[in-house]
Amino acid sequence: MGLELIGLSKVFGGKNGDEPLHVLEDIHGRVEEGRFLSIIGPSGCGKTTLLRIIAGLERPSSGQVLIDGREIAYESDRIGLVFQEYALFPWLTTLQNIELGLEIMGAPKKERLAAAMDYIYRFGLSGFEDRYPRELSGGMRQRVAIARTLITDPKVVLMDEPFGSLDSQTRNDLQAFLLKLWDTQRVTIIFVTHNVDEAVFLSDDILVLSSRPARIIDRFQVDCPRPRDRTSAACNMIRKRVLEALEAQKKSMLV
Amino acid sequence: MKWDRYILPLALILVWEGLSLIRVIPSHLLPSPINILLGLRDLMVIGMPPGYLLPYHALHSLYRVALGFAFAALLGIPLGLLMGGSPRLRRIVNPVIEVIRPIPPLAWIPIAILWFGIGMKSAAFIIFLGAFFPILLNTVSGVVSINPIYFEAARTLNAKPKHIFFKVLLPGATPSIFVGMRIGVGIGWMTLVAAEFTGVKSGYGLGYMIMTARDIQRPDEILAGMLIIGLIGVLINGVLRAYESRVVRWQ
Repeated sequence: MGLELIGLSKVFGGKNGDEPLHVLEDIHGRVEEGRFLSIIGPSGCGKTTLLRIIAGLERPSSGQVLIDGREIAYESDRIGLVFQEYALFPWLTTLQNIELGLEIMGAPKKERLAAAMDYIYRFGLSGFEDRYPRELSGGMRQRVAIARTLITDPKVVLMDEPFGSLDSQTRNDLQAFLLKLWDTQRVTIIFVTHNVDEAVFLSDDILVLSSRPARIIDRFQVDCPRPRDRTSAACNMIRKRVLEALEAQKKSMLV
Repeated sequence: MKWDRYILPLALILVWEGLSLIRVIPSHLLPSPINILLGLRDLMVIGMPPGYLLPYHALHSLYRVALGFAFAALLGIPLGLLMGGSPRLRRIVNPVIEVIRPIPPLAWIPIAILWFGIGMKSAAFIIFLGAFFPILLNTVSGVVSINPIYFEAARTLNAKPKHIFFKVLLPGATPSIFVGMRIGVGIGWMTLVAAEFTGVKSGYGLGYMIMTARDIQRPDEILAGMLIIGLIGVLINGVLRAYESRVVRWQ
């Protein structure tokens, strides 16, 4: 069934006579279960706000988010969020950060240790179990953050420009790693980025947002076959169309 | 090698000793370093007043500080965590704190004596007042300054209040709580000696020891006592710092 966004709008402020800030305007969309959706749009357009609403960290001014056709229950439905700045708990080690989600769910110590060690192994973090986040590289931190989210087996994983602050080589490696993971654990992913290459390489579907207030200006299905070659003609074709959609809206702003 | 940190103290002591030898510094006002060491020896073996040896004075003072500090931490940390977590509670409690906090702990001595009499309880109460506010205020600011993203990350993991407290709020505030405890114990220690000047009329205590030395005109023993107060202060701070660096290894 997946996740549905129905007429989401968000307005900040507007009380006490100050100018209200329209961030989102009537966002409709849906992701089928197990699909990879990217949301792309210019910087500062409200992508993060949209994710925060889906994650339940922010309330929409109007509209709603449905999961499997009903409203999300944030206390029980697991909606994972991978933050742009990792947001690992600096006072917890790699192992403790990854375990935390299971600890909150009340899993017995033995079980969650076994699960966490499995993730640590698969995520190439062996040997760094007892390190604190400040002792890890950016790429490792983001792997810990992804492991921390995935270990709770969420229905949907939201990712907010997770690779934005990494160098391009690490970014490419992590994109490939994420796809490999997604092959084994078919979770629904909503991935926010402003990088067209990244969106085309990763996603099944792409939503293109306008600059603020964000509206959906285009949707694409990325139908080039997986595993993908970043430089294949099919990928290039989609990339061109997405870029054109972004350009067109920029021009319409200038007029 | 960080030997350069010893240059200035050594040079000062040498100049001081030299000026004392040629009698530029009058020894009845400021005894020479060697005389202070001799005074220290007298405090150790003869005592001030005789029979009351320095280590026992120090232990009594430390005990009073430990008592006042323990109450300050036991009350200040939980209240600080609560206030940090609740803007409403902060609004309610802050006005009271703002009025009481600027009152110097020593200004409480008369009322402390009225309430608790002269002795251990009064001294501990004065120290409590000195240590309490730094601990409370640093705990509050420790909680308030935790990056909200950690609370959000916990929420997206469906954390319950219990987890938010033990996994985010408490560890996030810990570095600041330690700063508060170090400032608090420092102020407590400073307050103690002054409290003993007036609050303890007999028996043991470094402040009392120094006042007795003044009564019988022993400036060497006064200064030896001051030196010991300083050194114990450094020691307390060092112990807390060592403990702190073990608890907040993640920083």
